[in-house]
Amino acid sequence: MIWKVVRQIAKTGICTEPAPDIGAIDAAQAARIQQELLDILGQALSIREVDAGSCNGCELEINALGNPYYNLEGLGIKFVASPRHADLLLVTGPVSRNMETALKRTYDATPEPKLVVAVGDCACDGGLFGESYASCGRVSNVIPVDEVIAGCPPPPLAILRGILKAVRRRVVQPTGAVRLRL
Amino acid sequence: MQIPGLDLEFSALPAPVPVWHAQVTPAQWQMAATAVRDAGGRLLALWAGPTAQQGDAADISGHSAAPGQACMGAAYVTLEGAFWLSLPLAQQGGRWVYPDLASVFPCATRMQRAAADLSGVFALDAQDTRAWLNHGAWPQDHFPLQQDPDKLPLLAAGELVDYPFVHVDGDGVHEIAVGPVHAGIIEPGHFRFSVVGEKVLRLEQRLGYTHKGIEQRMTQLAPLQAHRLAGRVSGDSTVAYAWAYCMALESATQTTVPERAAWLRALMLERERIANHLGDLGALGNDAAFAFGLAQFSRLREDWLRAAKTVFGHRLMMDCIVPGGVNCDVDLAQRELLLQQCDAVEKEVRTLFTIYEAHAGLQDRFMTTGRVAPELAAQLGLTGLAGRASSQSWDLRCDQPWLPYSDMAVVMATHHNGDVAARVAVRFDEVFESLRLIRRLLVEMPIGDLLCPVVLPRQPTRGAGWVEGWRGELFVALELAGSDQKNRILRCHLHDPSTQNWPVLEHAIMGDIVPDFPLINKSFNLSYSGQDL
Repeated sequence: MIWKVVRQIAKTGICTEPAPDIGAIDAAQAARIQQELLDILGQALSIREVDAGSCNGCELEINALGNPYYNLEGLGIKFVASPRHADLLLVTGPVSRNMETALKRTYDATPEPKLVVAVGDCACDGGLFGESYASCGRVSNVIPVDEVIAGCPPPPLAILRGILKAVRRRVVQPTGAVRLRL
Repeated sequence: MQIPGLDLEFSALPAPVPVWHAQVTPAQWQMAATAVRDAGGRLLALWAGPTAQQGDAADISGHSAAPGQACMGAAYVTLEGAFWLSLPLAQQGGRWVYPDLASVFPCATRMQRAAADLSGVFALDAQDTRAWLNHGAWPQDHFPLQQDPDKLPLLAAGELVDYPFVHVDGDGVHEIAVGPVHAGIIEPGHFRFSVVGEKVLRLEQRLGYTHKGIEQRMTQLAPLQAHRLAGRVSGDSTVAYAWAYCMALESATQTTVPERAAWLRALMLERERIANHLGDLGALGNDAAFAFGLAQFSRLREDWLRAAKTVFGHRLMMDCIVPGGVNCDVDLAQRELLLQQCDAVEKEVRTLFTIYEAHAGLQDRFMTTGRVAPELAAQLGLTGLAGRASSQSWDLRCDQPWLPYSDMAVVMATHHNGDVAARVAVRFDEVFESLRLIRRLLVEMPIGDLLCPVVLPRQPTRGAGWVEGWRGELFVALELAGSDQKNRILRCHLHDPSTQNWPVLEHAIMGDIVPDFPLINKSFNLSYSGQDL
């Protein structure tokens, strides 16, 4: 049994290295993102994902960040189970009115630096759903947002770049000093 | 065409799958349900709308339907096809009422509760009348689907109300409340477990958190644009929803799409099925602490999505299916790429299949866990992939093969154990079968147009779309106004198979332990957004 597993692992190799499908450009970006995160934070970035009413498309692409190609944890980013453990909230969807309270409470439960990244067209501007009796529209209508990532859904690398931009903007001081506000 | 034991004349809708429509009286409404059940049929969908079509209402009440009228819709499935019934409603005590169907089909309960919240229609003598989608965020007497879409009122935001969960009492019984914000990267919903120690006595779900008013929004969109919204009902089924909506629109407008377009649609639908099965097979391994499975399958899924991006221009193939056909094509080089990928993925999945099969720890977690016996599945209307794992052998691609499935002799994957292991086995079988279909679709695809014009008719019209998505069958019931009202969408109901399957999950967990819930839940992998709409 176990030799089959080992053989499959050995045969697969390490995909996080430039894989044939990625192409040289994307592989280089992944390497740069990794270095930047390490430079800025010097420690793992903890993210709590909140689906505030999405169609699940964005969740699929956020989940894809965990696959061996993107290897999110290898970059020093991890998803945590509670907002109380999180530095950053990754919020998707137009905020449904039924999720408004839950999203606000999640935001309140998050400690500083309390970064918020809105993922996907719906989270950016309400998308096709807009505002209605059931939808509050964009995330920034409900909680403050640091960074938006457009796309329907945005591909994994775009999400990664958006996360990094949010961290860079809030954490790097104008003088160039690097400090994580904790 | 007839429902056995029911004297009712149906008219066929022009769709590639057999769908018949008839208008019924309240007495026939209930008789039809019993007749379908006795004939071994199923309830496919139930919904309410503001009005029946004008001609229909005149037949029954002698005057044409005016705004402010209400109408129920129900769709049943027998081996003959789908039967769509419309029931114009009468008021009783100032409320629109209709005969309860939940006593015949238990899965009607939540659909009836949703219809009450959205359209202000009430099932007479229904047992469970708690609000379902309305959590208090909008007024209890505001019925979104009864509004004029051009003159929507401004509503004061309401306070969310407590939900009267059913309590379990007894020595040592306690509750675990989970959600709506879950610990993983998944959609929001609330689960209330009543447990003794580790053992789950009862689970009650409260859903509706992702309700974002899709069906009202539909009535504000132009019929030729609304496929984009349909494709965002549930992101993992975007191809299936876009196809079901377009099929309904093409049915309403009597459009026959070019053959090549139908083949490309099927190609994308099968690719969507495999993409989701690969993701689930990995996640199921992971939920049983076999991280190797997740790493391997998520790698294959990523390869699969990247090829979709290369060929169809979008990783999930969103907006590739449009009214009248498709807006993408596969050239010879791309065909080669997709064929090679089928070979590569098949080889890897076969290896992983033998590993999953032989892994004692994994099988120990999978087998007998979250079991839904075939009898219970039939009674509760378990459908789609989860249904097939519990001996409910229905697959639209086999039962009513439409073009291009009519040439393919699709082999249905079924299992009788109804546990997590069975749902895993059905997924493996369906991956291999879909790979076979994809190869044939690629090799034998006819040459021709990709798109044909869709002409909206002068008269009011209706159409139905019915597609076997990866999770199960999707049904779209579409009613269009005539050209005098700009052909606007009067009502578009989009039905997700999760609606039937969520309540069955409450039964599947009973007697199992709390840590098995994520595994059981993932083995069903139901859509929140699709049932919340």
